[in-house]
Amino acid sequence: MDYILSILFIFLQSFLVIFAVLMMAYLGIYGERKLWAAVQLRRGPNIVGPFGLLQPVADFLKLLLKEPIIPEKANKAIFVMAPLVTCFVALSAWAVVPFAENWVVADINVGILYIFAISSLGVYGIILGGWASNSKYPFMGAMRSAAQMVSYEVSIGFVIITVLLCVGSLNLTDIVLAQKKVWFFIPLFPMFIIFFVSALAETNRPPFDLPEAEAELVAGYQVEYSSSFFLLYFLGELAATFLMCAMITILFLGGWLPPFDIYPLNVIPGIVWFMLKVAFIFFMFGMVKALVPRYRYDQLMRLGWKVFLPISLFWVVLTASFLFVFDLAP
Amino acid sequence: MFASILFFLFSFLILGSALLVITSKNPVNSVIFLIFSFFNAAGIFLIAGAEFLALIMLIVYVGAVAVLFLFVVMMLDLNFEELNKKTKFIRTGIVTASILIIEMLVLFFYYPEEQSFIINQDNNTNGLTNTEIIGSKIYTEHFYHFQIAGLILLVAMIGAIVLTLRHRDNVRRQDIPLQVSRDQEKNIELKDITFEESE
Repeated sequence: MDYILSILFIFLQSFLVIFAVLMMAYLGIYGERKLWAAVQLRRGPNIVGPFGLLQPVADFLKLLLKEPIIPEKANKAIFVMAPLVTCFVALSAWAVVPFAENWVVADINVGILYIFAISSLGVYGIILGGWASNSKYPFMGAMRSAAQMVSYEVSIGFVIITVLLCVGSLNLTDIVLAQKKVWFFIPLFPMFIIFFVSALAETNRPPFDLPEAEAELVAGYQVEYSSSFFLLYFLGELAATFLMCAMITILFLGGWLPPFDIYPLNVIPGIVWFMLKVAFIFFMFGMVKALVPRYRYDQLMRLGWKVFLPISLFWVVLTASFLFVFDLAP
Repeated sequence: MFASILFFLFSFLILGSALLVITSKNPVNSVIFLIFSFFNAAGIFLIAGAEFLALIMLIVYVGAVAVLFLFVVMMLDLNFEELNKKTKFIRTGIVTASILIIEMLVLFFYYPEEQSFIINQDNNTNGLTNTEIIGSKIYTEHFYHFQIAGLILLVAMIGAIVLTLRHRDNVRRQDIPLQVSRDQEKNIELKDITFEESE
């Protein structure tokens, strides 16, 4: 009986987390469109609902009710599977994210490795979708995406190793609690920048959205996708973007911890701080899209392999030596 | 009980998908089944209590190696029907498979029990996690093996770069330090042009 109850409890928690992620995606896409509109001196969504707040709901329903079109020459099974993979992978990584102290579905020992592993699977949704469409533009997008995501995973891995050296544990809750004295973005500032830019490349966000560059590839890997398949891609990408925001928050901005442990700040519950930080990073992602022009593909590869990889590798060695010499290693 | 059910499920799925890897007609499907069998292998590591190895398996094999496999297989323009007719590797395959089966049987019957593969079999881990145990074993007892493995990987990496690196002289490359270091004085030349009245 206890067993069944605990399983039910986990189900409930998972639904809650998925609901929270979908709400984040809903508010995120609305906020992002308003932000871009403000940057470009437009109004943004303002017709459906008060201040256009129901615009994402209208878009959602529109996509859901349209006819799903599967190209005749496509590999049908893989074509249908690919968006599901993207969405499933992006949502399942949230199982280990601690929203506040002990607010986590699965508090596993190797939490950060789990997120890293799951987010590196996101590439499959894109390359399988691009290949299964059996069309030139999606295929080009898929190839670009595969090379890009594998390249930037390397520097993300080194940045994570640097943080882990300072923490001494792979558990996400331990990583946050290790930042009680100082948030890691202060001592590891260059790594914070590298992680931020690599996160943009890893989630195919602008200025690195080459897999779907509309000027060259129409819409890249999702040219042939319509209706709810497209919706799944869209949601999966947004969930993956928010996952990267949550990872930056946990690794560098002290997770649910308040900026200073003093009276009015430490009364506010941890989830509010966590969400504020995630929203701030998402705002920065949105501003990057509004302000920075798209990279050229060879520049993207150069940045990943010739700039970020040596710097992050050097910083791993530097951090390890520093911790060893001053006997600070946990 | 539950663990053994999971073990048989994962093993069955590994064997099934491994069989589909070599029998499916489309190479892309083969790679997908290969990825699926990697997943189930990670599941078996999880049952054995080796969560670090399970996730490293996912990161290295599924996240990187299989992506490149898929990448290459998709890029190759293969004629599938031609491929399926050729069975010239069947003899080599049978020889390799029988050698592997004999090795596994030898291991199964003669492996000394005290050297079991399971790391925390007697729960004598002093509260250390799986990752910490693997780290302390590798960096103390097996330090030289670890270094040799690293050297082999380095040689392989250099070899791959040497084999594929080609310098072509007639290609114009972007030299970013050169671009950044250009300044106004050296690159802009002001000339006085006198306009002459023509007829």
